[in-house]
Amino acid sequence: MNDIHILGIETSCDETAASVVKNGREILSNVVASQIESQKRFGGVVPEVASRLHVEQITLVIEEAMEQAGLRPEDLDAVAVTEGPGLVGALLIGVNAAKAFAFAHGLPLIGVHHIAGHVYANRLDGGMEFPLVALIISGGHTELVYMERDGQFELIGETRDDAAGEAYDKVARVLGLPYPGGPHIDRLAHEAEVAVEFPRARLEEGSYDFSFSGLKSAVINHVHNARQKGQEVGTASVAAGFQESVIDVVVEKTVRAAKEKGVRQVIAAGGVSANKGLRAALGEALEKQGIRFSVPPLHLCTDNAAMIAAAGTSMFEAGIRSDMSLNGRPGMELLSWSAE
Amino acid sequence: MIWLGLDTANAPLSVALVRDGELLAELNSAMGLNHSEGAMPAVEQLLKRAGLRPADIDAIAVSEGPGSYTGVRIGVTIAKTLAWTLDKPLVGVSSLRVLASNIFTYGVTICPLIDARRGNVYAGLYRRRHEDGTLDCLLEDRHMALSDLLGQLKKEGNPVVFVGEGARKNEEALKQALGELGRRAHFTQDIPRASLLITEAQKAEPEAVHAFAPEYRRITEAEANWQKANREAGEK
Ligand SMILES: [Zn+2]
Repeated sequence: MNDIHILGIETSCDETAASVVKNGREILSNVVASQIESQKRFGGVVPEVASRLHVEQITLVIEEAMEQAGLRPEDLDAVAVTEGPGLVGALLIGVNAAKAFAFAHGLPLIGVHHIAGHVYANRLDGGMEFPLVALIISGGHTELVYMERDGQFELIGETRDDAAGEAYDKVARVLGLPYPGGPHIDRLAHEAEVAVEFPRARLEEGSYDFSFSGLKSAVINHVHNARQKGQEVGTASVAAGFQESVIDVVVEKTVRAAKEKGVRQVIAAGGVSANKGLRAALGEALEKQGIRFSVPPLHLCTDNAAMIAAAGTSMFEAGIRSDMSLNGRPGMELLSWSAE
Repeated sequence: MIWLGLDTANAPLSVALVRDGELLAELNSAMGLNHSEGAMPAVEQLLKRAGLRPADIDAIAVSEGPGSYTGVRIGVTIAKTLAWTLDKPLVGVSSLRVLASNIFTYGVTICPLIDARRGNVYAGLYRRRHEDGTLDCLLEDRHMALSDLLGQLKKEGNPVVFVGEGARKNEEALKQALGELGRRAHFTQDIPRASLLITEAQKAEPEAVHAFAPEYRRITEAEANWQKANREAGEK
């Protein structure tokens, strides 16, 4: 069997990324140009700024990925690009660069769902064993997905309001922590000696859905009340209490889903899966159940293009192709690409 | 020498192939197209009609703005990716210059207009030389209030030809401010032509491909607010 080499391109948010992956498993290059430094002063990702930076970086990043892989365009089998979801203006820089590149060299084009990319990042490190449950947890997502096999997704739970990462960012802002706030909360939670008690949103009996807006409001109220009374806000203990509440609910629901579905593996994906507290708690709970838990290393948890190439390889093998009318789809749904 | 030209800076789409001063094919549409969806299929169709492969392209010309931020970025992204990966020269041309180049009357002031909402326009002033028709830029492209532009033109007192979708949208205001001094181009001249974009590109220097970025002629709102906040903090 011939090797499959796929160029992945990802521009759904504030990272301009390109990567070449061999056989969906082996990373030949993984280039990420982050905009965090430019976006920091705005306290978040400004879509128009993100789009402008993507245009400036895109060809350089692709060139770097091709050079590091030591391949020429004709050595590639396809170009995979994040089609959605994400910031529309940002997405279409990657999409149009991918189309132009694929067209120039007569290569097949594959539009990839960003979250499928996060899930398939696990193929690049340790592998995926089906059936599995994937916890997708990031600034834009908090979802539980059941995968019976390669290329098949069933959404079993999702957030009804804020994504977990969104709640992290908002809480961090209230606590006066720098952007992005997630890692700071994680660190403070680890350092704290006590944790403020905040509510857990478990929703109805048996539900796998999430809700973080109540928790976020509780944290904000707590901080405001303390400030109004002129009391010291125990930043670390608030961070710890917030993180405990998030982790408690996420771990409980994920483990319950894994048990009910009888899976072999649980994988975590998305930016928040880099959270050390969450990793430790999930790992421990799943170990007790004898279920394998994997979470890719940090550089594969956060947005990157290797994961898009990895998911793109599975789609390539399933015969999925896009044409030159491929567009960025900000609200794209995660659909299966392999049949029953 | 085969040139590919691409203009997606505003609602209209124009793509063209020119070989040594001969127009091989051109696709124009004034409709509010979704360029992200439509631009590459148009390029694909154009090459197919001309019986050419991507590698046959010798140079690429693109409209670099100003205009719709998203529209400009799509054209620039496609053009720079093609130029880089096919290793061909890339030339960016002002989207206002492209509109101005639709007017072949020599010696008259040409004012291409792109509507920028809330009473603002992107505008520049151009004139074709009597000697050889070269399109000179008299006033650099900018984002400005339409009323300011019209006041300036009235003061200068020269006849002006207005061209572009922005001229169509603001026809009443132009008439009121300038009366006989202002003339409208023919409506067919309101959409950019990629073939003329190529003509202008042939007179310009190639860009450094990786660094090539749109000419927005406006900073982002977030940056403007940030600069303002910093200035205020500095004053304190
Ligand atoms: Zn992501």
